[in-house]
Amino acid sequence: MTIHETSAVRGMVDHDHLKSRRLRNRIRHEAIQFGVIAIVVALLGMLAYAVKSGLAEKGIRFSFSFLANTAGFDISEGWTLTSGESFLPDFTLFSPDMTVASAFVTGIFNTAKVAILAIILSTVLGTMLGVGRLSTNWVVRNLCFWIVEFVRNTPLLIQLVFWYFAVVLRFPPMASAAHLYGLIVSQQGVYVPALSWVGGDSILSIALATLILVSAVGAIFDPIKGMRRVCVAAAVICFALLFVRGGVELNFPVANKFKASGGTSISPEMAALLLAIVVNSASFIAETVRGAIDALPKSQWEAAASLGLSRRYTVNDIVLPQVFRVVLPSFGNQYISLTKNTALGIAVGYPDLFNIYGTIANQTGHSLEGIIIVMASYLILSWIISTLVYWANRRLNPTGVPR
Amino acid sequence: MNLLKILTAGVFATVAFSAAQASASVLDTVKQRDVLNCGTDNTAPGFGYLNTTTGQMEGLDVDFCKAVAAGVLGDASKVKFVTVTDKSRFDAVLTGQVDVVFAHTTIKPARESSIAIDFLPINFYDGTGLMVKADAGIKEFGDLDGATICTTQGSATETVLTAAFKARGWKDSKVLTYENLEKLFSALNSGRCNAMSTDKSALAAWAGNAPAPTDYLILPDTLDKSPFGGFVIANDSKWRNALRWIEYGLFQAEESDISQANLAEKLKSEDPFVQKFLGVDGGYGKDFGLSDDFIAQAIKAVGNYGEVYDRNLGPKTKMYLDRKGTPNALWTQGGAIYSPLWN
Repeated sequence: MTIHETSAVRGMVDHDHLKSRRLRNRIRHEAIQFGVIAIVVALLGMLAYAVKSGLAEKGIRFSFSFLANTAGFDISEGWTLTSGESFLPDFTLFSPDMTVASAFVTGIFNTAKVAILAIILSTVLGTMLGVGRLSTNWVVRNLCFWIVEFVRNTPLLIQLVFWYFAVVLRFPPMASAAHLYGLIVSQQGVYVPALSWVGGDSILSIALATLILVSAVGAIFDPIKGMRRVCVAAAVICFALLFVRGGVELNFPVANKFKASGGTSISPEMAALLLAIVVNSASFIAETVRGAIDALPKSQWEAAASLGLSRRYTVNDIVLPQVFRVVLPSFGNQYISLTKNTALGIAVGYPDLFNIYGTIANQTGHSLEGIIIVMASYLILSWIISTLVYWANRRLNPTGVPR
Repeated sequence: MNLLKILTAGVFATVAFSAAQASASVLDTVKQRDVLNCGTDNTAPGFGYLNTTTGQMEGLDVDFCKAVAAGVLGDASKVKFVTVTDKSRFDAVLTGQVDVVFAHTTIKPARESSIAIDFLPINFYDGTGLMVKADAGIKEFGDLDGATICTTQGSATETVLTAAFKARGWKDSKVLTYENLEKLFSALNSGRCNAMSTDKSALAAWAGNAPAPTDYLILPDTLDKSPFGGFVIANDSKWRNALRWIEYGLFQAEESDISQANLAEKLKSEDPFVQKFLGVDGGYGKDFGLSDDFIAQAIKAVGNYGEVYDRNLGPKTKMYLDRKGTPNALWTQGGAIYSPLWN
């Protein structure tokens, strides 16, 4: 055996030795991890047991069976899901003889309704304010600056109470409300004419409605490049046809003794909450947008100027597309906090999830179970928003494309 | 592994603590603390109201808190008022934040069966009423078909209104709920609410405290009865019984004509019942875990039930609610204020 052979053998032994040591390490490592997880699960279980037995000793029952009870209380607005015919859930207005679970769904619906509208409107308003802060016009620049400063530095709750009691409830009462082409602005709510489906089961009407939907989806997502205008035109034409054929009609609100019937309406509570949240979030979004524009290399502006682009085209086609790629994650944060802020609706009587939870907890006495449902609902809403923002971010920033 | 030990210890401590907490009566806790935490409203004139000119809490419920503090601790000033809302009042008792709540709470079965609380005897008989702006042209409940009626969140009125709509087959009427009476009253004034609905006593109080009380009209209808009672945590007989008999003591004192004014004189009375009742000779307190003169202390602090009523809701107050002919009169005068037998 030569020296070389010996060292080779030793090398192999060393190699095996190393391999087994790695394996041992890995097993130990995994065992520790498994152990830690097991202990955490056990601790959580013990905690849950302690809470449950503690509650039982105080005579508090912990059970979710109350969800199937009849609600017995009214909710001022909102749609819900209820078990309808043939096991398909019905989507209808909430009424007191539905279950407590339906009341929770109404709350989630109302929260989501305000959140979605607020996300859209605050993005638009916030971007306008943010761009406005960099305007060359002194008045616009300073106006935007002071709006943002004022709104950012006062508490949202106070703004909400201001919007409700000092603005929305100062609208005229129903009897003397302004009527403008079917629009009624009163302290009982803002009523606008609504489209209502009168096409029934007519195949032509349904086909036209489907076409509108398809072209609308096409216009938004634009799967075949350059087809957006065609899609929009198709949607408009189909809609005109549907209207002429009597598939849909305009339903005008009619004022009666206390409120108005017909049309569609925004309640004063929702209007106030929406205003407060939109203006508040918009001012934060404006700051994000302004910061991102400031961070953009100056050469972008100069390059656009040297191409002879006007300021409007520079902002719309050069600056904002680059800005949106950068600010989307911060927008996501703002959207999530905005959604959670809708819980302030209780201050003005808006029946959002947290408000309805309060009523349920009081009428049924199951506040612990209720708050678990409420927290889980907000968590899920937040997850949905962050997933959507992540998805939009991926679309705007494809991997491998430099910013 | 240290972290693990701490966590385990924490869980065991939690278990042990909750077990220990369950065994002690609130009565012992209060005596040990030497202060009574009493939950009251502070926006309900006549019941629990923070008087902004004197900075003092006043009202029927507030006086019951003082009577309990005097009866249990021998000093009516040993009470800490904790503001509770219609919504938070039950949780305040369940979590031990307060020892007892007197906050114009309607006694109804669902509250005792599904919330772990026990009610004390009825200390005020009220009814659910409605108030409108006088210029609205509404004269009775029947005029309100299709209206928006507002109330406070978590109150019994929420379900009473819903049931009233259903009974009349009204489809367009809506119930809008606010956090507290203050917001509710603002909403009525602004015109958002066509009517404000809560207990009649509270309606009278809010109209009475307004700059122009004649601007408001309380409708003659009473939608449902609304008996008020304080409440404590469930399954604590020692504490509940002590409070029940302090309350009955105030009722009995009025019946036996013992008042704040003549207490000194009654303490010298030769009547064996009065002597025992006031703890001069023997007494009822020992076995409840109270001192024998607990009723004398409570009367010294707030007077008998009639005096408490007159101070907060009587003719000299802004919200004056006549006692005569209502269940709030003493049973000897045809009312329902009645104490069980003491002798």
